[in-house]
Amino acid sequence: MGAGLRTWLNVLVLSFSFVIIIWHRGILDGWNHQAEVDTINWEIGGGIYWHEKYDPYDPFTLTDSHGPVPYQLKKEINAGNLEPILISQATIYPDGHMQTVLLKGIDPEQMILALPTAPLDTMINEIPAVIGTRMAKSIKLKTGDYMTVRWRDVNGVFDAADIRIVGVFKTNVPSVDNGQIWLPLDRLQKMMQMPDEATIIVAAKEVSEPILTSSWEFKDHDFLLSDLTEMIRSKSIGGSIMYIILLLLAMLAIFDTQVLSIFRRQREIGTHMALGMTRGQVIRLFTVEGAMHGILAALIAAIYGIPFLYWQSVAGLSMPAGTDDMGMAVAEKILPVYSVGLVISTTLIVLIVVTIVSFLPTRRIAKMNPTEAIKGKVI
Amino acid sequence: MDNSNIIQIENMWKQFPMGGGKFTALENINLTFGKGEFAGLVGPSGSGKTTLLNIIGSLDVPTKGSTIILDKSISDLTHKEAAQLRNHHLGFIFQTYNLLPVYTVFENVEYPLLLLDYTSDERHKAVLDALEWVGLSDKEKSRPAQLSGGESQRVAIARAMVKRPEIVLADEPTANLDAENSHHILQMMEKLNKELETTFIFATHDEKVIKYIRRKISLLDGKIEKDEHLEMGDRRPETGDGRPETGGRA
Ligand SMILES: Nc1ncnc2c1ncn2[C@@H]1O[C@H](COP(=O)(O)OP(=O)(O)OP(=O)(O)O)[C@@H](O)[C@H]1O
Ligand SMILES: [Mg+2]
Repeated sequence: MGAGLRTWLNVLVLSFSFVIIIWHRGILDGWNHQAEVDTINWEIGGGIYWHEKYDPYDPFTLTDSHGPVPYQLKKEINAGNLEPILISQATIYPDGHMQTVLLKGIDPEQMILALPTAPLDTMINEIPAVIGTRMAKSIKLKTGDYMTVRWRDVNGVFDAADIRIVGVFKTNVPSVDNGQIWLPLDRLQKMMQMPDEATIIVAAKEVSEPILTSSWEFKDHDFLLSDLTEMIRSKSIGGSIMYIILLLLAMLAIFDTQVLSIFRRQREIGTHMALGMTRGQVIRLFTVEGAMHGILAALIAAIYGIPFLYWQSVAGLSMPAGTDDMGMAVAEKILPVYSVGLVISTTLIVLIVVTIVSFLPTRRIAKMNPTEAIKGKVI
Repeated sequence: MDNSNIIQIENMWKQFPMGGGKFTALENINLTFGKGEFAGLVGPSGSGKTTLLNIIGSLDVPTKGSTIILDKSISDLTHKEAAQLRNHHLGFIFQTYNLLPVYTVFENVEYPLLLLDYTSDERHKAVLDALEWVGLSDKEKSRPAQLSGGESQRVAIARAMVKRPEIVLADEPTANLDAENSHHILQMMEKLNKELETTFIFATHDEKVIKYIRRKISLLDGKIEKDEHLEMGDRRPETGDGRPETGGRA
């Protein structure tokens, strides 16, 4: 293969890496962004006051992690800026099986979360409940169906009642769906004999100065979303292998091009030295030349990459069925988001890598004898 | 050291390692060159011409003895100092021209000046002067691939001369040229030698070159056999101004 063709192929592979890295990271950022937006809309609002004993990873703490809504927050709650939610454990018996669930009490008139709670505002004998599609599927119930629920109230006394499903909602956020049943707050407070109590209190807008009260702690977005970000990062490692391979391939190609060009251009190197260049200057010259491959690749990547990336950001990437069960918010379609920082950092990383890879073979120049180089055995 | 000597070589040896032993390429060389000389190292293949030229050019170092170029001892220079010496004071002309293929004629000639502290205006003027000396003012935008052998070598001469070095070293400059072109470039170098008082040292076994040189240093098996100053009578009279259009004397 001619050196020219080979160089172009190498530059092309490098440009692929460019586009795929940016695309892949754009998908991750888009995914992250979409998951954050969904989580905020459906679950965490502008942040949450947690009861000091509340631990979402340990349902057994639920018996203790509730308390009266502090009077300092009452005004905000009445203004619709805060929404108390009471959480407790219960057992249901859908067609004879036993299953532990979380009962979550919420005001049917709340406007803070995207949860469609309005159907809970109904006068029926049974306890009205809404559930998500995942839950509906797992317990095989639909709107209008009944089931028995059994719970222990604040005194540890068992009680049971019938629940009637008044609505099924579809959400991208599994953590407000899986294993959960949403009830009117006042009904749950009555069932548990915990009048005016809550486990968490969700804020409508981001709270810059949380109101300090004893036994309640404010958790902000940074805290509540950190798990999510971590999860997306860990789930996406498989995807990054692809671009690591491409980048390695491109690095190998650049390295090979450099080795070849230094070998072929010995006479030129000798000439540079005869004309008074120091070895350091010749090394710099060849390193810069190699690094130019990176810049060339960036330009080529821009030519076909920008239309492709733009199309993706409009059309979106359809997520395969099954990603629903990943335990995090996944929309059916993810729109990649390309930030300036993403493009600049990717470009910088690739250019730095290319420069280092271009530099390595030039150390051979330092060992060259100018008189031998000028003879230029090759060519 | 005698101030009129810009090159002073004393008891200089050059040996190359070879199969466990050593091969002596230059043996006890004693030579001095003054300013403005037009000299040739002459001898059969393998006699050590290129080796001697490379040492004078600070591209290589002697094994023994001293070689002093413009008051600097070649053996004692660091790589950087040697590069600086070449950069400021020495010009090279090669048998194979060795132009940088991606640059234009102008850029090739400008190149050595980029390594020196010339301003852009100074560079421009110096390059145009140098191209005029070699009669290639109209080719400044051409690339090396578009030039004939004779033209390429004239560009190489312009490149060697553009910074007006004290010494120009030319290794077989005519070996790839036909008779007519050889005479052209020799006339050109002779003219520059006179006008700028540049010292020229050739390594050659080309009779055409020998007709021009004023000092003939004969090498044989790494030793100086003869060192003769040639009579003007040995040489044919000057013709014209050395421009290529005037034709050669083949
Ligand atoms: N790097 C080296 N290692 C070993 N031997 C060398 C080296 N360079 C030159 N020689 C030997 O030194 C001797 C002189 O070589 P040099 O190139 O100076 O000859 P030359 O007179 O220029 O010959 P030519 O007319 O063929 O160019 C030769 O026998 C050559 O083989
Ligand atoms: Mg030689």
